[in-house]
Amino acid sequence: MSLLDAKIPAGPLAEKWSKHKFNLKLVNPANKRKYDIIVVGTGLAGASAAASLAELGYNVKAFCFQDSPRRAHSIAAQGGINAAKNYQNDGDSVYRLFYDTIKGGDYRAREGNVYRLAEVSVNIIDQCVAQGVPFAREYGGLLDNRSFGGSQVSRTFYARGQTGQQLLLGAYSALNRQIHLGKVKMYTRSEMLDVVIADGHAKGIVTRNLINGNIDTHTGHAVLLCTGGYGNVFYLSTNAAGSNVTAAWRAHKRGAFFANPCYTQIHPTCIPVTGDHQSKLTLMSESLRNDGRVWAPKTVEIAEQLRKGTIKADQVKEDDRDYFLERKYPSFGNLVPRDVASRNAKEMVDDKRGVGASGFAVFLDFADAIHRLGKDAVAAKYGNLFDMYYQITDEDPYKQPMRIYPAVHYTMGGLWVDYNLSTNIPGLYALGECNFSDHGANRLGASALMQGLADGYFVIPYTLGDYLATIGPKPVDAKHPAFEKTKQDTINLINTLLSMKGTKTVNEYHRDLGHIMWEYCGMARTEEGLTKAKGLIKALREDFWKNAIVVGANEEVNASLEKAGRVADFLELGELMVDDALMRRESCGGHFRLESQTPEGEALRDDDNFAFVAAWEYKGDNQPEVLNKEILDFEFVHLTQRSYK
Amino acid sequence: MSTNNNMNLTLKVWRQKNAETRGAFVTYKAEGISPDMSFLEMLDVVNESLIHKQDEPIHFDHDCREGICGMCSLYINGHPHGPKNAITTCQLHMRTFHDGETIVIEPWRAAAFPVIKDLAVDRSAFDRIQQAGGFVSVNTGGVPDANEIAIPKVIADEAFNSATCIGCGACVAACKNASAMLFVSAKVTQLGMLPQGQPERYSRVQAMVAQMDAEGFGSCTNTGACEAECPKEIKMTNISRMNNDYFSAKLFREEAMHEHAASGE
Ligand SMILES: Cc1cc2nc3c(=O)[nH]c(=O)nc-3n(C[C@H](O)[C@H](O)[C@H](O)COP(=O)(O)OP(=O)(O)OC[C@H]3O[C@@H](n4cnc5c(N)ncnc54)[C@H](O)[C@@H]3O)c2cc1C
Ligand code: SF4
Ligand code: FES
Repeated sequence: MSLLDAKIPAGPLAEKWSKHKFNLKLVNPANKRKYDIIVVGTGLAGASAAASLAELGYNVKAFCFQDSPRRAHSIAAQGGINAAKNYQNDGDSVYRLFYDTIKGGDYRAREGNVYRLAEVSVNIIDQCVAQGVPFAREYGGLLDNRSFGGSQVSRTFYARGQTGQQLLLGAYSALNRQIHLGKVKMYTRSEMLDVVIADGHAKGIVTRNLINGNIDTHTGHAVLLCTGGYGNVFYLSTNAAGSNVTAAWRAHKRGAFFANPCYTQIHPTCIPVTGDHQSKLTLMSESLRNDGRVWAPKTVEIAEQLRKGTIKADQVKEDDRDYFLERKYPSFGNLVPRDVASRNAKEMVDDKRGVGASGFAVFLDFADAIHRLGKDAVAAKYGNLFDMYYQITDEDPYKQPMRIYPAVHYTMGGLWVDYNLSTNIPGLYALGECNFSDHGANRLGASALMQGLADGYFVIPYTLGDYLATIGPKPVDAKHPAFEKTKQDTINLINTLLSMKGTKTVNEYHRDLGHIMWEYCGMARTEEGLTKAKGLIKALREDFWKNAIVVGANEEVNASLEKAGRVADFLELGELMVDDALMRRESCGGHFRLESQTPEGEALRDDDNFAFVAAWEYKGDNQPEVLNKEILDFEFVHLTQRSYK
Repeated sequence: MSTNNNMNLTLKVWRQKNAETRGAFVTYKAEGISPDMSFLEMLDVVNESLIHKQDEPIHFDHDCREGICGMCSLYINGHPHGPKNAITTCQLHMRTFHDGETIVIEPWRAAAFPVIKDLAVDRSAFDRIQQAGGFVSVNTGGVPDANEIAIPKVIADEAFNSATCIGCGACVAACKNASAMLFVSAKVTQLGMLPQGQPERYSRVQAMVAQMDAEGFGSCTNTGACEAECPKEIKMTNISRMNNDYFSAKLFREEAMHEHAASGE
C-alpha cells in the first residue's frame, strides 16, 4: 500500500486556486497548435473541455459513441445547477456552498477541490448565459432560483425540468463553433476501447468505428476521459441505456487507480419498478421536493388497502398519513439530502407501509401545492415531469400523488485524480462523473452539472497546460510499439467475444448482475451480504465467458458486440465495488453499512479509521486489487455527525 | 409482477444490412407483451428472442429512453414516433396498441438521412447545420455577469420553448418534401430572440440555411406535418420568424453592397 499525493496547494482555502493557477506553467500561444488533445466523451465535461481547449489553440480530437455529441447523457439532467451567486440575498456565499458540499458528502471529499468548485461555480452561470442558455427568469428579467436538498438557501439555476439539456446544448454549440473553425475534429459513433500508454505516459487511444467496425489508433499529447458514470452496473438505473464504464475500466486495467467505487447515489424520487421487462428507471427530479410532500400511511392496514387498490391515496385521512421526512427532520423537512431521503423511504417499505401494487413505493404529494399555488403555477414549474410520469404510469399526478421509490442515479466513485484532474498515469486525465473528485460519499442535487462544467470550462484549461509545457510539443510517435500492441489486444478481445455462442444473452447476464448489486451493494450493506455477493459475481462472470451469446460480425453495426464488451467490464467492476464496500467498515453518505449506525439509524462514520480515499490498483486478471490510501486532511471544517434535524 | 392482460402482436419491420444493400420488410411475432412496456422494451423482447436463436437483433437507435436525447426514431404505422402526439418513441407505451394488432415499423425516410442499418439512420446533416452557425461566438471566460442583461420573462420563455428541440428528425420524416425547416428555425429563433444572439443574428440564419440546402433537405411548402408530429411541439411560428430574419438578412446585404458601391471604394 502506498500513500497518494493529491497535490493540493498549501495556504488558505480561498487562495489555493489562484495561487496554484499562478504557479502552473503556461504553453506559449504559438506552440499550442503543436499539441493534439484527445477528449473522450462530449457530455458537459467533455464538450466544455474540448471547446475551451480548442479556443486556446490546441488541436482537439473528440469522441462519442452516440450519433451526435448532443445526445450525451448529460442531456437528461432535469433539476438544475448550483452556483454561489447569492442573487437571492439569502445568505449564500462561496464558503457556504463549499461547506454544504463537504458536509453533504459526509466529509469524504477534499477541502481544496470542493472550495475550488464553489469558487468557479459563479463563472459557469455567466458563461452559459453568454452562450444563450435560456435559464428560467423572474418577471423583472433576472435569473430565478430554486432550492435543492442539503441546503437552506436558493442557489439552483434551472431551465424548467430540462436544465441538463439546455446546458449541454450550450456546450455543444461552443463545440460546434470549434468544429466549424477546424480546431476540433469530431468522431461520432466511435467507442474508445483502450488507452495507449507509451513509456509511462498516455499517448493515445484505440477506438472501434461503430458503423464499419474499423479498429483505429489515435495519437495525442494527452488523453481526457469524460465518459460519465457507471450506475448501469446495477442494470436498472436512471442512466441512459448506453452509459457504461468501459473507457474508465480499461484505463484502470492499464494502471489508472479507481477511487471509492462503492460510493453510489441512490436517488429517492424515481418512478418505481413495475416488472421484469423494464430496461431503465425514470427520475422525478429532486426539485419536486420543493413543493411535493413525501408520505406513507401510518398503519400497515391502510398500506395494505392502498396496495390492493381498494382505496386511493386521496382517500387517506390527514391523520392517517405519516409525513416522515417532515416529522424526523423538522429543519430540512422534505429537502434532506438524497441518501437520507432514500434510506427513510426504504425504512417505510421494510416496515410494510409501502404503497403501489408491489409495495415498493411511498407517495410524493402535490395536493397542498396545487391548493396553495394553483394547478397552472405547478404546471409551469414541473409540467414536463408530470407529463413524463403520466406517460409511464398512466396515472395523473395532478389528481393522485406520485408513487416514488429510490433508484440508482449517480456514482461518486470513479478514476482517481489529483487536484489537476490528472490520474496517476501522466497525461491521462478524468473529468466530470468519470472521476471521483468532489462529492465525497454523497453528491448534493444540482452539483454534478456544476462539477462537469467546472472541470471542463475552468479547471482543465489551466492544469493541462502545465503538463503539456513539461513534456514539450514534440509530435507523438505513432510508431511506438505500444500502439500496435494495444490495438492487437483490442482485436483479440473482440474476437473472443464474437466467438461466444452459448445459451444466455448478454442482457440476461447484465440483469442478473444488477440484481446482485442492488440486493447486496445497494441501500443497505452488510459484511455477510457483501461476502455472498462477491462469490455470486465471480460465478456469474465465469459463466458469462462460457455461456454468453454474441451474434454478428465485427465489420458491421453490431449492438450485440458493443453490449457484450460493456457487460464484461461491469462484471469486473461489480466485484471491485463489493471489495471496496467490504473494506469500508463504516457508514458514510450513500454507503450504508448496517453494522455502523447511530441509535437513530443514521449513517455512523468512523473518522479515525476511514477518513481516506480508497484508490484501487489493478494487478491482473482475477488477482485481488491493491488498496492505496489518500488521507483526507481537514484543516478548515470541523468533522461532525451530519444532522439535518 | 407480470400483468395477465398480455398482448400478442405482429410486427412488419424494415431490415436493411447497411447503406449499400437494399432493405425489405420482415414479419415477426411479438408475444406476451405487457401493456406497461415501452415500445423500445417491446423491441428488446423481440431482440432477446432473436439472439437466443443466434439471429441478428433488429437495430435501432436509442439512449436516454426518457424522451430527451433525441436518439430514438422509428416511423410507426405511418407516424414518426408513433400515433400519439407530443412524445418520442421511447415514451410510447404498448397500452396504446391493442392485442392482435399489426404494427409497421420503418426508419426515417429522407435523402439527407441515409439508412445505416435496419431502423437507424445517419442524421449527421443536422450536426453540420448547427456547426455552420448555431452558436454565439463567445470564448470561455471574460463574459459579463449573468444578471447584467435583464431579459423579459416572456422572451426568455419563448426562447426556451424553441430551445427544447431534441434534434430527432421527426419533422423531416413527417414532411413530404423532407424539409428541415422546423429543426433549423428552432435554433435560429432561440438565439435570435435573446440579446446574446443579436450580433450574429443575420449571418447565423444565412449560414445555417445555406448548409441546410447543401445537405439536400427539401423546401417548405407549409403543410404543417412537422408541427403535428414534433414530439416537443415546436411551432411553425419558428419557421415564419426564420423566414423574416432570412429575408431581412438578404436585404441588409444588398443595402450594404449598394452603400459599398455608392461610396466608390
Ligand atoms: C436522469 C438524470 C437527471 C440528472 N439531473 C441532474 C441535475 O438536475 N443536476 C445535476 O447537477 N446533475 C444531474 N444529474 C447528473 C448529471 O447529469 C451527470 O452526472 C452529468 O451530466 C455527467 O456528465 P459527464 O459529462 O461527466 O458525462 P455524460 O454526459 O454521461 O457524457 C459521457 C460522454 O462520454 C461518451 N463516452 C462514454 N464512453 C465512451 C467510450 N468508451 N468511447 C467514446 N465515448 C464514450 C458518451 O458518448 C458521452 O458523450 C442527473 C443524472 C440523471 C441520470
Ligand atoms: S423540431 Fe421537433 S421533430 Fe424536428 S428535430 Fe426538433 S424536436 Fe425533432
Ligand atoms: S431514447 Fe432518448 S429520446 Fe428516445
